[in-house]
Amino acid sequence: MTVQTTSAPIEKPPVTEVGAIGWLRANLFNSKSNSVLTIVCFAFIVYVIQAVVPWAFLNAVWTGTPKDCQAPGAGACWAVIGEKNRFTLFGRYTYDEQWRPALAIGLFLLLVGASCIRRLWGKALIWAWVGQVFMWAILMWGGVLGLTFVNHEQWGGLPLTLMMSVVAIVVAYPIGIVLALGRRSDMPAARGLCVAYIELIRGVPLISVLFMASVMIPLFFPEGVSVDKLLRAQIGFTLFLSAYLAEVVRAGLQAIPKGQYEAADALGLGYWAKMRLIVLPQALRLVIPPMVNSFISTFKDTSLVIIIGLVDLLNAGKIAVNDPPWRSFYVEMYIYIALIYFAFCFTMSKFSQRLERDLSKATSR
Amino acid sequence: MTDRRSGAQVAEKPKTAFWNDRDVRAVLFQILIVLGVLAAGWYLVHNTLTNLESRKIATGFSFMEREAGFSIGESLVPYSAADTYARAIWAGIINTLVISVIGIFLATILGTVVGIARLSTNWLVARIASIYVEVLRNTPLLLQLFFWYALVSEALPGVREAIRIIPDYVFLSQKGLRIPHIVANDIHGWMFALFLGGFAATLFWRRAAAKHQEATGKLRPLFWPTVGFLFGPAALVWLFAGAPLELIKPVLRGFDFQGGGTFSPEMIALLVGLVTYTSTFIAENVRAGILSVSKGQWEAARALGLPNNRSLRLIILPQALRVIIPPMTSQYLNLTKNSSLAVAIGYPDLVSILNTTINQTGQGIEGVALIMAAYLTVSLSISGFMNWYNKRIALVER
Amino acid sequence: MTPQRQARREQLAAAPINIEVSHVHKWYGEFHVLRDVNLAVSKGERIVICGPSGSGKSTLIRCINRLEEHQKGNIIVDGTELTNDVKNIEVIRREVGMVFQSFNLFPHLTVLENCTLAPIWVKKLPKKEAEAIAMKYLERVRIPDQALKYPGQLSGGQQQRVAIARSLCMSPKIMLFDEPTSALDPEMVKEVLDVMISLAEDGMTMLCVTHEMGFAKSVADRVIFMDRGEIIEQNVPDEFFNNPQSERTKLFLSQILNH
Ligand SMILES: Nc1ncnc2c1ncn2[C@@H]1O[C@H](COP(=O)(O)OP(=O)(O)OP(=O)(O)O)[C@@H](O)[C@H]1O
Ligand SMILES: [Mg+2]
Repeated sequence: MTVQTTSAPIEKPPVTEVGAIGWLRANLFNSKSNSVLTIVCFAFIVYVIQAVVPWAFLNAVWTGTPKDCQAPGAGACWAVIGEKNRFTLFGRYTYDEQWRPALAIGLFLLLVGASCIRRLWGKALIWAWVGQVFMWAILMWGGVLGLTFVNHEQWGGLPLTLMMSVVAIVVAYPIGIVLALGRRSDMPAARGLCVAYIELIRGVPLISVLFMASVMIPLFFPEGVSVDKLLRAQIGFTLFLSAYLAEVVRAGLQAIPKGQYEAADALGLGYWAKMRLIVLPQALRLVIPPMVNSFISTFKDTSLVIIIGLVDLLNAGKIAVNDPPWRSFYVEMYIYIALIYFAFCFTMSKFSQRLERDLSKATSR
Repeated sequence: MTDRRSGAQVAEKPKTAFWNDRDVRAVLFQILIVLGVLAAGWYLVHNTLTNLESRKIATGFSFMEREAGFSIGESLVPYSAADTYARAIWAGIINTLVISVIGIFLATILGTVVGIARLSTNWLVARIASIYVEVLRNTPLLLQLFFWYALVSEALPGVREAIRIIPDYVFLSQKGLRIPHIVANDIHGWMFALFLGGFAATLFWRRAAAKHQEATGKLRPLFWPTVGFLFGPAALVWLFAGAPLELIKPVLRGFDFQGGGTFSPEMIALLVGLVTYTSTFIAENVRAGILSVSKGQWEAARALGLPNNRSLRLIILPQALRVIIPPMTSQYLNLTKNSSLAVAIGYPDLVSILNTTINQTGQGIEGVALIMAAYLTVSLSISGFMNWYNKRIALVER
Repeated sequence: MTPQRQARREQLAAAPINIEVSHVHKWYGEFHVLRDVNLAVSKGERIVICGPSGSGKSTLIRCINRLEEHQKGNIIVDGTELTNDVKNIEVIRREVGMVFQSFNLFPHLTVLENCTLAPIWVKKLPKKEAEAIAMKYLERVRIPDQALKYPGQLSGGQQQRVAIARSLCMSPKIMLFDEPTSALDPEMVKEVLDVMISLAEDGMTMLCVTHEMGFAKSVADRVIFMDRGEIIEQNVPDEFFNNPQSERTKLFLSQILNH
């Protein structure tokens, strides 16, 4: 009946729909209330900028003495960071040997970078991490290869923070897997023990676990065996983290369809073979993103060691600004430390989000 | 007449060696585990007891009856340094609960607002909300607490130059937030009773409104009547009584304010830190919950002619809440547990009081046990309650 | 042409225009989805829209109840022009029912509650009355016995019939269907089509995006072929299928009929 023979031309949308104007209309002024909101937000941003920029940049003192910073009209005193940087980053580590922890951090970052590239995932990477642990031991303690020995009671700052979180996750990982398997096993005694442990640890604050480690561990061992503060804190962290990892792994185990278990049974695999060859490889893959998140929280949580007197990054910074002439510049110091933590945590969390997307794409093919 | 080759024999149950029997194995394995745990436990307990003996530390909770001898900065229960440790610990428990309850309340509101803001179609609002979330999530809570504490106790003006939030009544200074006290008046009892009565009336009104709607389809207003019932009678009585209001204003005398109540710098820093930090996690939960409801649900609701606010209340929220509530619970628990960081900035919560107690008495084991027992009680009861609630919600669903 | 058809055509020609779409353009960002679309639908007319994937069929019918906004041209539904006026939109949505490809039933409500929700909250009917209406339409789609179940407990075909009943409970003057059967298993398609046919027999104005050509042949008054955001060809079903005019229509029909 009707056929349209001439085709309507493909037109550009009206100018109010695209480009800068279209974007503004669609994203900032798409309704009356949104326009009001936009204006309020804009005012807020302007307010923040005019309050912060002169202080943080225009009037800031970048280098100099406390006198310069106290001069009237002076803004942020970034000089304090230049002055106290070494102590903040490395704590009481022997001053002349501080290139060693610096190198160790460099190695760590390199390896973390490599681990973010999925093409490199494999056995070699695992060995690289094992090698890294030895490198760290050599670099940090020294005493071999002509390096002077530095007692671990002197360790502090960023390397301590990194080390405690890495060791905690590396040790807690296998414990967490065992706990998760125990919690899902059909043996009541094993299940009961695992559930009790996991719920106990997850029900109490980390501080109390650290207290427990620092109060009880010395009592647990026969006289003559002494466990120093660092190790105690490390044990506390590991115990704490393992309960959380157990729940992460359990979620992964639950996500594996029943068919996989049944197929493994049908192939005649025993319990351990089934877990090791079929279930765990899939489950652990699924839980990499939440594991990264656990790592991020552990990394942030290591700051709690301040309570039992270890000098981690946060505590080192705090001690550094306790120096009387610099005392009033703690805000700058906290901002600096916050930036360091932020850089690490933000990168890792973006990585875990990307990973999650990639993995879910790979599995939902 | 059985044919031997017919295979009609009843096959004897094949003999399995008992160590190959699955059930036996499981039992043996479990016995081994339990024995191992017991042995390790016994070893540790034994060592602990010997160590305690050699250090001459008495065990047990008898220290609770002794005089504590330290004072507590702020406490809701009457307490002085002459009171027992038990009372000090009680004051700590109350402080922890107060912080947690206020914190949870505020964090829920803030978190919900931020979570919704992150989904806003307004680009600027969404950006600001996501910056807020990223910055606070990716730095340690302890650092934030130090920061807030330093900000309150040092960056704020001294008492003499206190910021007058409400001139003459509310002051903010290095010494904390100072608010007026209301002098008790007989009328308050009546007003409270009327408020309760108004609450009952509100419930009644709402139920009647629902009935009315069922019967006639007509909607009755709910918001203003609710406000009216709750506050109207109390306000009227107050007005008729001649609007008696006597405030004890904080007055600057010497180096500090006198009169009125205080929120200490420690409490402010702790609350601000806990609330902002937790709100970011709650915001993420809220956002995920709302996103979990598919776009089709909105479209179907709109296509039926439901206005946006009704679609949200009748269609979207009931579904989103199912997703939001379980992780929200664990955030509440986290906030409660994180309140123990109070010890680092000197707010006298349970952990910080027990810390002092441990240092003074040397009763480390008992102290840690008390902390754990207290938190476990809270954790287990909150998660118990939430399990019940989740079940209820799940019932509505299916 | 059968006399029956002839009569129907005259009847439609005399009927008032129910939906008028004139010179409608729509863009998604830079992408021109609807290009100068013109369409007039008489009261009681049954229209089937077909065309290749991505041609803008869904977009067109979603513009009619303002689930999507158009940027140029006018759409007038039952005498009300679609503008940004919220009241107008509410009025139109009350008169236009829509059935989605993915059902979009509310999973937290029972079948009955799904059906009574809008009558209660939008039309402000008493609950009893709303329930009576809902049961009437559930019977009409032949699932009154499932009224107290939740959508998750029903089969796809049953869910789609509930979705149709849910729309009908608002007594709409116009029904829009967006590929109502394409998410269904073949054996369930028929039960949904049967319901739609019986609706058509009752004289409901229907716009239906579908690739069920059998349905188009037996029910439609007019078949519309869209491609790349335009209406390329429209005709009565017999002519449309036996004697397509445009090359693109021929290509589309050959693809859809001979696979
Ligand atoms: N929200 C959106 N944003 C941007 N582009 C969109 C959006 N929705 C649809 N499009 C694009 O508009 C075009 C038309 O989409 P529409 O859904 O109307 O097609 P359709 O004819 O219904 O196709 P199908 O048969 O696959 O359902 C498609 O190319 C699609 O990619
Ligand atoms: Mg479509």
